Amino acid sequence: MTSEEFAGGVQIDMISSARMDDLASMEKVRLILDGVRDGNIVILEEGLSPSEESKLIEVTMTEISPDEFNGIEIETYPHTKRNDPGLFGRLIGKQSDKKLTVIGPANQIETLHKDENLISALISRQ
Amino acid sequence: MGLLTDLRTSVSRVIDRVFSDSEPKRIGIYGPPNAGKTTLANRIARDWTGDAVGPESHIPHETRRAHRKENIEIERNEKVVSIDIVDTPGVTTKVDYKDFLDHDLEKDDAVRRSREATEGVAEAMHWLREDVDGVIYVLDSSRDPFTQVNTMLIGIIESQDLPVLIFANKTDLEQANVQRIGNAFPQHETVPLSALEGTNMDEVYDRIAEYFG
Repeated sequence: MTSEEFAGGVQIDMISSARMDDLASMEKVRLILDGVRDGNIVILEEGLSPSEESKLIEVTMTEISPDEFNGIEIETYPHTKRNDPGLFGRLIGKQSDKKLTVIGPANQIETLHKDENLISALISRQ
Repeated sequence: MGLLTDLRTSVSRVIDRVFSDSEPKRIGIYGPPNAGKTTLANRIARDWTGDAVGPESHIPHETRRAHRKENIEIERNEKVVSIDIVDTPGVTTKVDYKDFLDHDLEKDDAVRRSREATEGVAEAMHWLREDVDGVIYVLDSSRDPFTQVNTMLIGIIESQDLPVLIFANKTDLEQANVQRIGNAFPQHETVPLSALEGTNMDEVYDRIAEYFG
């Protein structure tokens, strides 16, 4: 059964870190945007790196089209000093960006509350 | 006395310039739409060069192209810090032309503005990855700083090890809450100011000289 057959439903794609690890940066961006443009909510077990987030914003902007696609809403927990591995940590590959991330069409997700430890969002149908 | 002081200052400026070990640093002014980035850029440019950088507006995405103002020389403690400031379009993950209709724009104008805004955001991200040496991150202190755009952009800036100052702008507003911004990004120094009214600009220039000089 697809989301179209399940009338009024919202499809949620939960993508494991194992699946994302095998993808190049642009493949990750493409996977996310293809899902979101189909009206799906994409949940990443582990978030994107800062440079991948930068690319996601840039590619999203190039795909916005009036009355078709208004962009994305994306939610992760804020970056905090406690999680910052510092320059040395980054050099040896210790990442601080492994955070659950929720991404969806901008017109379907509304953030109700967000702080260091809690994200509360409302997800609506298309 | 005045002439001697002026002469000493001029000589000092020339020496600083001659012995400067690099070109002026490019400082990107980043932040979400309507945080007051262009008002700040204009305040800095007018204070030190007499010129403005770009038009200001209460309508979001008034700045849809990055504007660079070169060779701004800020004098602090008898030293001169030379920077280029790059006023960038407000960064967002979504742009809906219908939001502009609320500001009395016709549909064609709103669609054009939204298209230019998306191009501007992409351009701002490109500048951040490739072309700036430091960042002034401007926030409206009357608004909640815990937004995803702020979280992501600060993370992107940190990942590039760029020096960053957070400016809590619009302290002239009754709802301003500078502490909330300090709590949101405790790893960075937060400087309160009102770019519109020119409040606390001495500290602003002290910090710019300290961080980017």
